[in-house]
Amino acid sequence: MLKLPIYLDYSATTPVDPRVTQAMIPWLTERFGNPASRSHAFGWEAEAAVEEARENVAALVGAEPREIIWTSGATESDNLAIKGAAHFYRDKGRHVVTVKTEHKAVLDTVRELEREGYAATYLDVRENGLVDLDVLRAALRPDTSVVSVMLVNNEIGVIQPIKEIGAICREKGIVFHVDAAQATGKVAIDLKNLPVDLMSFSAHKTYGPKGIGALYVRRKPRARLEAQVHGGGHERGLRSGTLPTHQIVGMGEAFRLAREEMADELPRIRALRDRLLAGISGIEATYVNGDLEHRVAHNLNVSFAYVEGESLMMAIKDIAVSSGSACTSASLEPSYVLRALGREDELAHSSIRFTLGRFTTAEETDYAVELLKAKVAKLRDLSPLWEMVQAGIDPATVQWSAR
Amino acid sequence: MADLVYFDWNASAPLDPTVREAMLPWLGERFGNASSVHEYGRRTRAAIETARERVAAAVGALPGEVIFTSGGSEANNLFVKGVAASRKPGGIAVSAVEHPSVLEPARQLGRQGWQSFEIGVTGAGMIDEAAWREALARQPVIVSVMSANNETGVVQNVAALAAEARAAGACFHSDAVQAFGRLPWDFHALGLTAATLSAHKIGGPPGAGALLLDKRLEPVPLIAGGGQERGLRAGTENVAALVGFGFAAEQAVARREAEARRLAALRDKCEAQLAAAGATVFAHGVERLPNTIYFAFAGIDGGALVDRLDRAGFACGSGSACSSARPGTSHVLRAMGVEAGLARGAVRVSMGRETRAGEIETFVAALARSVLELKNLAAVSV
Amino acid sequence: MTYSNEVLDHYENPRNAGSFGQDEEGVATGMVGAPACGDVMKLQIKVGKDGVIEDARFKTYGCGSAIASSSLVTEWVKGKTLDEALSIKNSQIAEELALPPVKIHCSVLAEDAIRAAVADYRKKHGEQ
Repeated sequence: MLKLPIYLDYSATTPVDPRVTQAMIPWLTERFGNPASRSHAFGWEAEAAVEEARENVAALVGAEPREIIWTSGATESDNLAIKGAAHFYRDKGRHVVTVKTEHKAVLDTVRELEREGYAATYLDVRENGLVDLDVLRAALRPDTSVVSVMLVNNEIGVIQPIKEIGAICREKGIVFHVDAAQATGKVAIDLKNLPVDLMSFSAHKTYGPKGIGALYVRRKPRARLEAQVHGGGHERGLRSGTLPTHQIVGMGEAFRLAREEMADELPRIRALRDRLLAGISGIEATYVNGDLEHRVAHNLNVSFAYVEGESLMMAIKDIAVSSGSACTSASLEPSYVLRALGREDELAHSSIRFTLGRFTTAEETDYAVELLKAKVAKLRDLSPLWEMVQAGIDPATVQWSAR
Repeated sequence: MADLVYFDWNASAPLDPTVREAMLPWLGERFGNASSVHEYGRRTRAAIETARERVAAAVGALPGEVIFTSGGSEANNLFVKGVAASRKPGGIAVSAVEHPSVLEPARQLGRQGWQSFEIGVTGAGMIDEAAWREALARQPVIVSVMSANNETGVVQNVAALAAEARAAGACFHSDAVQAFGRLPWDFHALGLTAATLSAHKIGGPPGAGALLLDKRLEPVPLIAGGGQERGLRAGTENVAALVGFGFAAEQAVARREAEARRLAALRDKCEAQLAAAGATVFAHGVERLPNTIYFAFAGIDGGALVDRLDRAGFACGSGSACSSARPGTSHVLRAMGVEAGLARGAVRVSMGRETRAGEIETFVAALARSVLELKNLAAVSV
Repeated sequence: MTYSNEVLDHYENPRNAGSFGQDEEGVATGMVGAPACGDVMKLQIKVGKDGVIEDARFKTYGCGSAIASSSLVTEWVKGKTLDEALSIKNSQIAEELALPPVKIHCSVLAEDAIRAAVADYRKKHGEQ
């Protein structure tokens, strides 16, 4: 029996792996010490658990444990990295470069810096969602202090060439931050061989708990930051606040499992994704958004032409997915990521993000395909645009009266 | 660890078993991102809003005044830095005994064009009248005085301070991390502009806290990007911890009165015995948290004593958990004018709902033995 | 997004969905909105010799509330004269469907569709 709705939104958040939950439970029961308590055994055992988790997180990404700083999540990590580095290097320059398709955690942080008087460049991407290295190079200025580019895009799953971008930044002495919230357990990351100074991680996108993340801060060559949360001096003074031991243990276990199981898990998920893609490709006038080759295995982002996104979401409520359209807001703004790809607004409006994961089955993806076929057909039957297309009129050539 | 008595409840309180039960579904079969529009997301959103209502009801605030954060330190930082960033530089006055997560941001503002002033305290740890007058005379934009101190347990007269500060045109914030759940504490009744709460001091999980905030204030967020918490605190909500926070807040209020009475009796008995054994009890004679005992024996190093006590089966604190990693004496005792030699002897016993009368009795006996041993060691080494 | 039962009913069971033949007697068409805005409504009315709307059809590209608004309007205009149809206000549509504030624009679009269809009829039939 299928359990409905079927969860195909693993990039929004993942369930906590039951093995991770089991690892967390002792720290929610008898082991309750504050890892900062240096005066008794409750504190010491908590501190030891925190350090073991730090090793597990570091091991997944080829870092040293002392390069890992705990935060409340990737959003905080992005804020700490970008503001922290920009503030530390404010005398070197006040220009920051990022990409139009970044997560809001990065974009809003850069906007914040603009309000503080920094200059910012938001790079366009190519039609496939990837950063053009020449465009990046041209955007760098003598006063550029920080570049931030995500490893894996949350909406379209494309993998940015961070090695090449990092090399350019290194050459110019610019701090390079990478948001890897969507990447851990999905692509191999080896910070020993990547010219990256700062990298953000999240637990809850990799089968760990919410409310915990980490920031990688390179030691050689050393990346310097100004702390954003002060007081107490936890995490080498870079991030104060009582460490939530159970969540940290959960993140450590989740990342340990990712390291052990990635090699087996990814081909399985890729096969399911390809099965989903094959099924959806049977529907007329559908378009995959973003590069299919430089892309994580679990993501599929498809636009269904001549069908509006929110009504499609409503029709397929038996599958839990994300719409590229933020229709629930009054602004009716289509996804800024898809717009940055140059997708026409109506295709951006009708995009659906499917993200598969550890617990997805073939039965579930097959169900999704059948549901989509039926509902897209129904909505197209209702669509005046589809009617035009059937009559040989391209709606794009029609003069629409804008309200 | 079963044989070790936990006397460090001000550092972190054990998670309440009923709170844990409420949280576990959110670490298991229930999951979802509260920003998602599908069923998983809506369920998560509903759980978070219920938690917000529970916290609000427990502290006499409106749900819309509760901004969830990752904990007390973040909430303190958000208030001080966020409000400051939304104003033109002016004055900021905070008590000299604040938690570092208030003191350090205030000092940082002092380096960024603000006039930062630390309000001194009396020998008993209460806000000093003259220092308070001086602080207000500077017409500060931001004033922060904690409701109760984490080390000494000293309770400030926050309602009176808030009224005066607000009459003088300041935003008045109070760090209530230690006070909430231990004292009668009501956001509106106290007349506060803002306040800080933490889940893990009241039997909730670490990783959740809140800034209570008058909705007319629009601080610049510390963590941007995503629009959560009315745009004041971005990041995917930690639903399990927030659910736990909501339950813990409700329970803390329900149990508070009886617990406070019970713990105050234990505290008074213990302190009488400590005084008889020659200890100095800090801040004796002023209103303090019912669960906190802070003392020193002259000539006995606090760290050494805590270490002995740990081996004797009692987990105590020496000063606050956060600052114990740092060398030097407690900034709180320094502000109270406690002589450095005595301050180095500081030991904190903080109790909670699992503390039993018998544990206090055996503790006092173990303490007497440890003190004697350390005195003998000192005598030998001299 | 939670939808009212009224919206869900019209969305699940749209009334009068479809199109009339272009050459059918008395048919006029109103097309409003734009794909880029996420809503396009096509409302067709079939007007009898007595000037009363005999029948109506719609096709809508848009969210559930937009589909429901246009479906409802096809029911409401039937049996009305053109002037009576023009008196239908978006606020009535919004109320009937219990639309939340962010969806009021759907009812506005439905009202516009009526106006556009009536205008088309009058243009075709030389009434001005």
